Amino acid sequence: MSRKLLLEHINVPGINTLEVYRQKGGYRAVEKALKTLTPEEIVEEVKKSGLRGRGGAGFPTGMKWSFLAKPEGVARYLVCNADESEPGTFKDRYLMTYIPHALIEGMIVSSFALGAKVSYIYVRGEMMPQIRILEKAIAEAKAAGWLGKNILGTGYDLELYVQPGGGAYICGEETALLESLEGKRGNPRIKPPFPAIAGLYGCPTVVNNVESIAAVVPIINDGGDEYAKIGIGRSTGTKLISASGNLVKPGVYEIELGLPVEEFIYSDEYCGGIANGKRLKATVAGGSSVPVLPANLTLKLANGEPRLMSYESLSEGGFATGTMLGSGGFIAFDEDQCIVRNTWNFSRFYHHESCGQCSPCREGTGWMEKVLHKIEHGHGTMEDVDLLWDIQRKIEGNTICPLGDAAAWPVASAIRHFRDEFEWHIKEPVKSQSQNYGIANYATPIEKAPVAEEK
Amino acid sequence: MLKVEEQTPVVFSSELLAKFDDIKSRYPADKSKSALLPLLHLVQAEFLWVPTSAMDQVAEYLNIQPIEVYEVATFYTMYFLKPQGKYALEVCRTGPCCLVGAEKILSHLENKLGVKEGEVTADGLFSFRGVECLAACGYGPVLQISPEYTFYENLTTESVDKLIEDLKNKS
Repeated sequence: MSRKLLLEHINVPGINTLEVYRQKGGYRAVEKALKTLTPEEIVEEVKKSGLRGRGGAGFPTGMKWSFLAKPEGVARYLVCNADESEPGTFKDRYLMTYIPHALIEGMIVSSFALGAKVSYIYVRGEMMPQIRILEKAIAEAKAAGWLGKNILGTGYDLELYVQPGGGAYICGEETALLESLEGKRGNPRIKPPFPAIAGLYGCPTVVNNVESIAAVVPIINDGGDEYAKIGIGRSTGTKLISASGNLVKPGVYEIELGLPVEEFIYSDEYCGGIANGKRLKATVAGGSSVPVLPANLTLKLANGEPRLMSYESLSEGGFATGTMLGSGGFIAFDEDQCIVRNTWNFSRFYHHESCGQCSPCREGTGWMEKVLHKIEHGHGTMEDVDLLWDIQRKIEGNTICPLGDAAAWPVASAIRHFRDEFEWHIKEPVKSQSQNYGIANYATPIEKAPVAEEK
Repeated sequence: MLKVEEQTPVVFSSELLAKFDDIKSRYPADKSKSALLPLLHLVQAEFLWVPTSAMDQVAEYLNIQPIEVYEVATFYTMYFLKPQGKYALEVCRTGPCCLVGAEKILSHLENKLGVKEGEVTADGLFSFRGVECLAACGYGPVLQISPEYTFYENLTTESVDKLIEDLKNKS
């Protein structure tokens, strides 16, 4: 069994209550941080831990914190990004549902480190049950003196509020989230200035994912150095992976970074293999935005070495043969799934969720959706595949926020690795309506590269 | 006015306004526009949709222009700009849920309720629509029912039938 830092007590009855959470050692990190550490020391521990943002971008959290401007007499804010909407990702929902105090404890420690007196947890509006859970937990914590005025007699004041979103994927982008929190449409801002300089209400602001903030608790309890010992290379610590699709045991798993992908998919400790005795055709390893990979490149690197669940190993080979860890939304496709149909589905998603600010994204996502719809429904031509390639290239890198890239990459990678399946849909317009292309050679094992002989 | 077929203006109860005040107190005094999204949720929970007259009153309450409310209400997908069924069913239709049968659930609902996506059943009880990822991909297919946003996981056509019957019996 691998080490669990966030989900260690997830199965303890009543762990969602303050009382049981305290019995299991909860809020120790608040006591330690507020009574024995300075804000600078906390930032230093988080830096030492090597923790990287768990929302998708993987930017080092400690470094993000150290960029926060601290002008005299200006309020600073910590905003938790709980706008979890990336298809394939549902770990934050899980954490907030079952162990809400882990997030609240992390928010108190992090707010203290950043000098925030008011902090917000921006939860996507559809998660009303989770909003109710968090509000109840915050009330419990406040009644017990963990929030409010003069916490633990240290003179530190903190108010923590939950803010519901309105149903918009784009608000997961941190500047769109801040716009939304200010009561506006979720249009991402042009950067710079970054939120660390001018964020919420123009004040210095840090925006962190739920899982990143919860990870601050074990980092403070055990020290950044201890946390950094877990994992592999620059992928330190544990990561929550949301596993979905055609798996025997889909769900949320906490893994030590560096776990072989093959073990994650097939071992009984994790997903238990592909459902209904079928074979694996492809995966999306880090949420719908990251490139889709055929089964063989999921399990092995291009050189035949095993691929690992880490930031570096998943992106090994660049987009030619690799993908990204992203938010840890791991989607498995069995041999009966159609890559063209799924790519069309994802394109519809990005078209629906584009905020409409930048032309390449607003127009391009809709255009890709239409072309993919045409191919999927048996009306495509060979030129359409090249057209799709052309459109996605013109979106990538040409928009204010990364939604454009996120819309382009699934299409690009589907064509890169599954072009034969697109062409089959075009050559067999009738057959493709009632049959699937199948697994083809997507699972053909990659041979280990021969070791060069010494001369 | 955003909609021409506006009905009689809605009236905010004192209980609702007290909830407004509580939300408004969460932000700096000059930043009360931040309360806009939560306030619209409260309005929808009360009236089951967001009529234009309610948006105008929210604008007045927050001391902002009506257009500032309209642009937000139309941007975010959760706000209903026309009346829905008493139970508005929202089924996730994004990739991972489709891998495990979400499309079948949507077409089953259409047959079962006898209305198309976005329409309301004759008895006013039900409406349904497909929505994008609800962040519960490991438990798909999933649906939620507003205004409480109660959540149902691992749906089958049988479990959907039972859910509909239960809701009918409840009413």
